Amino acid sequence: MRTTRRVVIAGASMGGLRAAERLRAAGFTGEIVAIGDEPHLPYNRPPLSKEALATEVTHDALAFRLRPAVADVTWRLGVRVVGADLDARAVWLGDGAELTCDGLVIATGMRPRRLPGPAAGRHVVRTLEDARDLRAELRPGVNVLVVGAGFIGCEVAATARTLGASVTVVAPEDAPMRRPLGYELGTALRRRHEERGVTFLLGRTIAAFLGEIGEMGENRVTGAALSDGTRLDADVVVEAVGSVANTEWLDGNGLDLSDGVLCDGALRVEGRHGVVAVGDIARFPNPRYDGVPRRVEHWSIPTDTAKHAALTLLADLGLGEGIATPFAPLPTFWSDQYELRLQSFGAPALGESDIRVLEGDLGGEVVVGYHRDGELVGVVLIGMPSAAARYRAALLNRTPLAA
Amino acid sequence: MKVIVDMDVCKDHGQCVFAAPEVFQINEDGHLVYVAEPDESLRDAVEEAADVCPLQAITIED
Repeated sequence: MRTTRRVVIAGASMGGLRAAERLRAAGFTGEIVAIGDEPHLPYNRPPLSKEALATEVTHDALAFRLRPAVADVTWRLGVRVVGADLDARAVWLGDGAELTCDGLVIATGMRPRRLPGPAAGRHVVRTLEDARDLRAELRPGVNVLVVGAGFIGCEVAATARTLGASVTVVAPEDAPMRRPLGYELGTALRRRHEERGVTFLLGRTIAAFLGEIGEMGENRVTGAALSDGTRLDADVVVEAVGSVANTEWLDGNGLDLSDGVLCDGALRVEGRHGVVAVGDIARFPNPRYDGVPRRVEHWSIPTDTAKHAALTLLADLGLGEGIATPFAPLPTFWSDQYELRLQSFGAPALGESDIRVLEGDLGGEVVVGYHRDGELVGVVLIGMPSAAARYRAALLNRTPLAA
Repeated sequence: MKVIVDMDVCKDHGQCVFAAPEVFQINEDGHLVYVAEPDESLRDAVEEAADVCPLQAITIED
């Protein structure tokens, strides 16, 4: 029989860490157990598609600072959460253990979507080990096929090209980073990549990967057949074709898991007292825009959601007042490709039917505004770092920009 | 409170500026400048700045 209160955090990446910090900051003195399937303490993932592909980067270099307040958190690492009975407040681990708890934080995040085909030579970039494996194959002159032209695909393409690889990007859209940047800005960035020697084959998908049996008996990728009949040689394939929410362990609890975990406006899992979700697995309404619940895969979201969800959870446990202000984060992300710095504030995807250049020009440094019903809902900057604060403030305060 | 930014790691994202404008600023050249020994009353804001740094380049010494 447990005598102290226990919160289990399923997931030991950034969202799990921030949840633990926020529970302690809000005065929770009970037990916190965080469970992570990777063998590492929480670390920062954005460098994995950039610096960590160019030079060896260790876990030490990427690990998040552990504040003294979370020194007593129990980390169960290298073990997966495989199931849960939310009514009984029990979670089951891959090693056969059962953990009961008073409160549960769902922070199991996403995993990369995979395509079928020969295993060897095909990569994704999500974990430290993924980056290490890919780095070992990124040598000057190798043919790299990047599948997917979103931000991760474009960052990997830029890094691989900088390392001297020959890089081709295949994607179904008509411009890289089409969603959310829009056709014009996406095409302008395509030109920046092409100037550095990256080839884009857009409007196409992979019909099948081609392979052969390698020296070690492995089935190794040698190229791909595309939907239009084109055949490409490739030594290395990087798949950046979106992600899948790690929700299988919640099956059987009657939750809406159609796209991540459906939450209310306080990050409480719908209809579940004492269960909250944080990070990119949480699908929540953002009253800054409308009442539609959405998942947001931005770096700022684990920190923002953890701050709010921790207070919701403690209130559900009778340990706090909760939080009166609605959760209405301003999503933020960035991308580094070559020397280009892209920063996004707000929700450009919601304003993709009315896109305007606000400052600068698409061939150089530029600020692009995304509008819905005439109102600015998102801003993307290429360069122009000193303008960021002004546009961010305009989005936060919903003030019209001075003409 | 002592703030240290690893300037070899910092890439001038400026997220810290939004969290703690009293301590961190982006100068006209687009580079980060900061107050190395801010007042203790700013601790929460500086902790927030360290959290939101994309490169995790900010450390706080007591």
